[in-house]
Amino acid sequence: MILKLIGNIAGKLKTSFFDLLPIIVVVLFFQTIVLQQPFPNMLETLVGLVFVVIGLMLFVEGLELGLFPIGENLSYALVKKGSLFWLLSFSFLLGFSTTIAEPALIAVAKEAGEIAVKSDLIKPEIESSYILGLRISVAISVGLAILIGIWRIIKGWPIYYLIIGGYVMVIVMTLFAPEEIIGIAYDAGGVTTSTITVPLVTALGVGLATVIEGRSPLTDGFGLIAFASLLPMIFVMGYGMLIF
Amino acid sequence: MLIELGITFLNTLRDVAPIVLLIAVFQIFIIKKSIPHLKNVIFGVVLVIFGLTFFLMGLEQALFPVGELMAKQLSNPEFITKTYSGSLTDWKAYYWVYIFAALLGFSTTIAEPSLYAVAVKANEVSGGTIGTLYLRFVVAIGVAIALVVGTYRIVVGDSLATYIMVGYVIVVIQTIFVKKDLVALAYDSGGVTTSTVTVPIVAALGLGLASAVPGRNPAIDGFGLIAFASVFPMITVLGYAQINDLAIYFKKLSKN
Repeated sequence: MILKLIGNIAGKLKTSFFDLLPIIVVVLFFQTIVLQQPFPNMLETLVGLVFVVIGLMLFVEGLELGLFPIGENLSYALVKKGSLFWLLSFSFLLGFSTTIAEPALIAVAKEAGEIAVKSDLIKPEIESSYILGLRISVAISVGLAILIGIWRIIKGWPIYYLIIGGYVMVIVMTLFAPEEIIGIAYDAGGVTTSTITVPLVTALGVGLATVIEGRSPLTDGFGLIAFASLLPMIFVMGYGMLIF
Repeated sequence: MLIELGITFLNTLRDVAPIVLLIAVFQIFIIKKSIPHLKNVIFGVVLVIFGLTFFLMGLEQALFPVGELMAKQLSNPEFITKTYSGSLTDWKAYYWVYIFAALLGFSTTIAEPSLYAVAVKANEVSGGTIGTLYLRFVVAIGVAIALVVGTYRIVVGDSLATYIMVGYVIVVIQTIFVKKDLVALAYDSGGVTTSTVTVPIVAALGLGLASAVPGRNPAIDGFGLIAFASVFPMITVLGYAQINDLAIYFKKLSKN
């Protein structure tokens, strides 16, 4: 029993290690052959690598045991309850609550505030309210994105019309938005989807597409994350156009 | 180190807290049923929290310092004049940067946990036809291309918006001509690539490069690599789907 458990864990550690092997090879190659530099803090780096391998293994285990079942179960339970209102409220709140406190977003928003003050777009007094406004608009946009994505799964609309429509909007807004906000808007799309949100949201979407009759989990279940990366771009550019 | 571990742990808890709260409220007040296999699920969530803590902590200890240092060294004029005899404004002078960007994009994407999660689901849902490693591989190639194009753009100083728009146009054209069952997955692949592992090193690379190339402003030109890394994986995954479509088409053709 114990031997089997140890064997099991060893096998999973090996998988995680192989996932990290490319990074290790790249770093070693550049440091020793291209740059010809000694390794700084060899011991710390090695300990760190062991941490990364263990962490990745635990995360992958927890994914299957915890995050996926939660997402699936929620979609089953909410569909069974038959209340569209609660399903959509949950979708919005999930997107909003995971985004408003996202550290990457806080960092980007802060930077955006500093840039805006420096280039005289806003007065220094309103910098903090500008930053907060940016964070709230991104969080609302992610909430709406998940809501629209769930609504699409229920209705069975093809995803490409919505996404392509969104891209067209991004392109049109890029032409009119103040230049200082564009880079931030593009990057805001990338920072909204965290490592915990992605598995939950994916399981929710796939679970929903499995329960609702006539939907294919592959064609209809995915796509929530795509909305969550698209809508913040539109909202941040809109926010920039309103403020400046 | 223990203190750092504690801080990372608390940060992870803070990230998880709103989600746990929201789900608990919904389970108790609206669904009014407990989650099946509750003990297992809680154990799983605890594993995720600990896993992320170790993962982030390890990245900060091992990978980020080395990665950032390398990004700086590779874009350092001293290194560049050693490997290239031409002018510093020539885009060819930075060839090691492009090679590094490609390999870095590929290898960090393979280790990206959120991409792993999506790949596992895609494999499950497709009945095993989309292999987990396969999808991650295709996405990783997309990120590799993205970072090469992105670093090249920083060196020559072209407009970010133009590049992104061209990327979107390619995605739209591909979407029109591909069988539609993988489209949603391809779009999702764009969003999951830029997360814990990739972002910090890529950001360092962009800023380092923008401050090294004469005439570039880090505040304006240093950004955008992340945006590239979300467009190109869509193109490669859609491309992969198209190659699949073609293979099926030719198989049918040869049978007739």
